[in-house]
Amino acid sequence: MIIDFMPDVILAFLVICMAWGAMHAPSRQDAMALFVAFGLLVALIWARLGAPDLALAEAAIGAGLTGVLLLQAARQIPAETSEKKSSMQFFIPLVFVVVTIALFAGHMHGDDALLLSGEPDTGVDRGRLAPGTSELVYGAMTDSGVGHPVTAVLLNFRAWDTLLELLVLLLALSGLRQLYPHNQYPDQQPPDKRYPHEQTPLAKTYETLNRVAQPWPLLLAWSRFLAPLLVLTGGYLLWRGADAPGGAFQAGALLAAAAVVLRLSGLLPPLRWSSLAVRLMINIGALAFLTVAALTLTFGQGWLSYPASQAGMLIVGIELFATISIAVTLTLLVVGEYEDLHT
Amino acid sequence: MSLLLSGFAWILMISGLVFFITGALGLIRFPDIYSRLHAVTKTDTLGLGLLAAGLAIKSGSVSTALLLLIIWLMVMASGAVSCQLLARYSLEVDPIPSDQIAGIPGESNDH
Repeated sequence: MIIDFMPDVILAFLVICMAWGAMHAPSRQDAMALFVAFGLLVALIWARLGAPDLALAEAAIGAGLTGVLLLQAARQIPAETSEKKSSMQFFIPLVFVVVTIALFAGHMHGDDALLLSGEPDTGVDRGRLAPGTSELVYGAMTDSGVGHPVTAVLLNFRAWDTLLELLVLLLALSGLRQLYPHNQYPDQQPPDKRYPHEQTPLAKTYETLNRVAQPWPLLLAWSRFLAPLLVLTGGYLLWRGADAPGGAFQAGALLAAAAVVLRLSGLLPPLRWSSLAVRLMINIGALAFLTVAALTLTFGQGWLSYPASQAGMLIVGIELFATISIAVTLTLLVVGEYEDLHT
Repeated sequence: MSLLLSGFAWILMISGLVFFITGALGLIRFPDIYSRLHAVTKTDTLGLGLLAAGLAIKSGSVSTALLLLIIWLMVMASGAVSCQLLARYSLEVDPIPSDQIAGIPGESNDH
């Protein structure tokens, strides 16, 4: 009994340690590294809880791409000013933690289903969602057009949420375009006030990276090997998403990782904003989704309620276009530079 | 599964874990980035290899064993490439003075 719980207890303990470390690490770089480790542990916990969809998404997006973004941001902002932490900053989270634990303990006391359902449950008719929800989902699975309950929820029953998620990604990218400084490139570089006599740190980092990576055959060979493998895995995840864990966000993250690897090793030219194809690829996921929504509203039973006979095809189509959009958007968020975003 | 095979798998896994522990110790204790990379990549290659071999024997299925082999090869290759990349980068950003390179054998007792 105790042995069965050990991995979970260790994971829970480690995840709290990582969270604490990410908040209180002495240097910003350490905090970022701990945050990435935190993301990986959360992915492991999702996997232990029997939610591989969430585990994949958390590992690829939460730990991987967000970690890269944070590290880049940390390098770009000026050195941290050491400020004394007031005791309030310590006590407010503590109160929050105590209240959460009390609520959790109270819940466990009143309803011990969570403790009793520790055995992995393989039957399709009894999932590990809240009892009422899972019955609703499994009851409607035959009309959903796909065989995997998570995909059915994401792309059919709660398609609104996924559509809005795509729009959030779009919003993030346009935010990045607005915020990206126009003076990062030597051609039109009015001196940065913070670094009057030299290049900005990011431009310098990229220059060094390029110098280190460019003439180096091993990195180029490995990127050339890795990229097709990532495309293959991404395609597999997308295709399998209809009947098993996987789907557009995971596949898109993997494709974005492939593009980032190629871009950083200098094998991929900048994705220029002025190119129509790039802008189309960024928007096509949301466009396809909205088109389907408009069509179902006009000819069908209403906004995003697919006819049961075509639901499967519609979902796979939306996921395909969404994957393209997610991949290009995430790539631009990570490696988007002046040349990508403003030329 | 015979007892002998199971014991062999346990020996492989435990020696893999020893490599993980020494790698972590090296990461914490070693003075500069190059020796830390040296310690950590041992974990990636030999430690994970031994662990995967033990797990493959324990699993008793050929497809799982092949999957573990692929995982090991991928981690090893990406570990080797990223280790070299980190080392090259830090050499570029912060070059080692030439007198220090020459002096390492004599001075290693200081640490």
